[in-house]
Amino acid sequence: MKEWDVLIAGGGNAALCAAIAAAREGRRVLVVEAAPKFYRGGNTRHTRNMRCAHDHATDTLTGPYTEDEFFDDLMRVTNGNTDEDLSRMMIARSKPMLDWIQQQGVRFQPSLGGTISLGRTNSFFLGGGRSMLNELYRTAEALGVEIRYNHEVIALDIQDGRFHNATIRHPDGEVQITAHAFVAASGGFQADFDWLKEGWGDKAENFLIRGTPYNRGTITRMLIDQGVMQIGDASQCHAVAIDARAPRYDGGIITRLDCVVLGVVVNTKALRFYDEGEDIWPKRYAIWGRLVADQPDQKAFIIFDAPNIPRFMPSLYPPISAPTLSGLATKLDLDPATFEKTISDFNAAVIGGKPFDTSEKDGNTTRGLEIEKTNWAQRIETPPYYAYPVRPGITFTYLGVNVGHDARMLMADGTPSQNLYAAGEIMAGNVLGQGYAAGIGMTIGAVFGRIAGTEAARHGS
Amino acid sequence: MAHSTPALTEADRLMTVCNSCRYCEGLCAVFPAMEMKRAFTDGDLNHLANLCHACGACFHDCQFSPPHEFNVNVPQVLAQVRTESYAHYAWPAAARPLFARHGMALALGCVATFALFLLGFIALNEPGMLWGAHLHEGRFYALMPHNAMIALFGAAFMWMIFAIYMGARAFWRDSGVPGLSALDHANAVHDAARLTYLDGGGPGCYNEDDAPTDRRRLWHHFTFYGFLLCFASTSLATLYHYLLGYSAPYPWWEVPPLLGIAGGIGLVIGPVGLLIAKKNRLEAIGTPEFRGMEYGFIVILLLTGASGLALRVLGETPLLGVLLALHLGAVLTFFLTMPYGKFVHGLYRYLALSRYARDKREIGLG
Repeated sequence: MKEWDVLIAGGGNAALCAAIAAAREGRRVLVVEAAPKFYRGGNTRHTRNMRCAHDHATDTLTGPYTEDEFFDDLMRVTNGNTDEDLSRMMIARSKPMLDWIQQQGVRFQPSLGGTISLGRTNSFFLGGGRSMLNELYRTAEALGVEIRYNHEVIALDIQDGRFHNATIRHPDGEVQITAHAFVAASGGFQADFDWLKEGWGDKAENFLIRGTPYNRGTITRMLIDQGVMQIGDASQCHAVAIDARAPRYDGGIITRLDCVVLGVVVNTKALRFYDEGEDIWPKRYAIWGRLVADQPDQKAFIIFDAPNIPRFMPSLYPPISAPTLSGLATKLDLDPATFEKTISDFNAAVIGGKPFDTSEKDGNTTRGLEIEKTNWAQRIETPPYYAYPVRPGITFTYLGVNVGHDARMLMADGTPSQNLYAAGEIMAGNVLGQGYAAGIGMTIGAVFGRIAGTEAARHGS
Repeated sequence: MAHSTPALTEADRLMTVCNSCRYCEGLCAVFPAMEMKRAFTDGDLNHLANLCHACGACFHDCQFSPPHEFNVNVPQVLAQVRTESYAHYAWPAAARPLFARHGMALALGCVATFALFLLGFIALNEPGMLWGAHLHEGRFYALMPHNAMIALFGAAFMWMIFAIYMGARAFWRDSGVPGLSALDHANAVHDAARLTYLDGGGPGCYNEDDAPTDRRRLWHHFTFYGFLLCFASTSLATLYHYLLGYSAPYPWWEVPPLLGIAGGIGLVIGPVGLLIAKKNRLEAIGTPEFRGMEYGFIVILLLTGASGLALRVLGETPLLGVLLALHLGAVLTFFLTMPYGKFVHGLYRYLALSRYARDKREIGLG
């Protein structure tokens, strides 16, 4: 049987960066991906950009984004809930990542239509995440990395913090793989609803999963059960509000809705529950999943009127519309009287008067409401009226394994493991205690993937 | 919006999906053109379909392509819409069914014209001339007088030009866009000449699998420029004949034969490469229902190029008569069927590129 130096579980950005880095050190690398080939790479398939620090504008980035600014952004979105040393190291390493990832065949382009606010900070993949992933696979295979699909790790033999072998189930049976080092890059556990319920209770039943059904966190569970130190809790995740009509899995980007700031959001009681104008989109994009999760039935409706239709990116499902507010309420199964009162109270409280501008906080507020809308407040008064039903859409979970600066897992007693490494969403909780900033998942995957691959290669052959 | 065919309806669904995603906007012109709209008429979709160069990149880059339940297959659906648009805009309407049976029409046309030329040569000359024309001073014109050749091919050519013009006019009217500026034409010529949008945004076009190569672009360049060189050769020879009174056959070092030889080589290498590429094309993005038209067009170009080259090489042997009948038959069939087959793709794509250049200029991107 063929000998392996490095065994990598997973098939996304983090796994492939690790595989390429280890193969470039001359190691024999095996990648086992639980998903079939089409669904390889989990959430990487659905990504579109990566947030890397850079000192100068490039042909695809509109301006500099310093390490300090990146760090400030991270502190803000996580509310300081991050491992600061580890994050600073990651941000420093994100700088050379821009070149390194392009050397692996990945191509960038200027920011996509509808994402102009990310044009300075985030590098967009030409053709999106699946295209980026295809390039990484081609590079890895050219370096001799062997990839096996439909191969799921079902057991790990770890003794005294040392990985010995993994048992892998595949369509024709089971196989035991021995290697000098193991890299876990198998994503979050967001597709395991039972695990989600440990953090969220029965609410989780109404969540939608934005990526594939293959991210069940089985390796995370095995590692923690075998003495690796856990980080994060089961309720932390990157969650946004997506169209409630999306399929349970893998609806991806096209079910997201960018129109919260244009109107109001009401719950199934037809009441508003949060300031829709708190900050510019997409800065407050990532809070709405959690907000909607706390509403009855984990459901809410974004309500706006006719002039707003051309102001946001279109999405997969058409909005629900009606010529009158009460007609809309009936279609949404809301109490018409409460709904009309919510909207008319809102309309009466709108001060407005300033030019409407979603590119910055425009100061158009309401006054006198229990929950004010602090920017972009405009009366909802021009029929037809529109609504999008939304539910929480989970992108990925943060509970995972604790790692050091060399991406090596720490054991529960705080000592480093010998040859166990982790990269990507499975260790994202080290950087993201809570909150999210666009493109940071890919930074975590690429930077820690590259480190994990390089470090795993040290264990020799 | 209601659409007139199932392919257009599906294209509309896909454009809604793609407009919500936009990850592919760096790959080619189709996606930026799509982003300019939120609702799509039949004319808009035909425009987008003809803007698509079938590089295949968006199929491999799409997270929602089959087997995903969203079943997003842009290259295949746009190829269907595009091919249907050729028939939809064709003039006269009675000729539209020809597209569906294009391969058969070409085959029959070639056999019939070849036979007619052969019979004609024999009937008009003494019987020995068919195998003896190569010894004759006028060579081709011993078999068929120059004026007869001009009358026949001139008429076929005029018919072709008129029918194609009528199709292009209908296509343009359906787009609902007013006129173009010289700059739009310049941009379109540039993009058509380079096949700018066949490179998948940089890596190259895709054919048999998910690895990009640029081979189809290369074969298309051979074919297209080979065709242009042959056309230039024939046009120049006509000028020589009428303006200079200098008639064919010319020695090989004269400009018309040099252009013809270079063009003929392109029209052999290019179509052979395209035929192989088409045969190996990934089934998921192919359009097998239009195989007759697609292969037929390439084969008739190959036949034209190869028989022309053969005439140059073997024109001084007894095979001259048969080869000339074959070459003239291929060219005549090609002319007559041009408005009813794959040839129109070039024109409609050019118009789509022009409209794209215009639309970009209008919204200040270009």
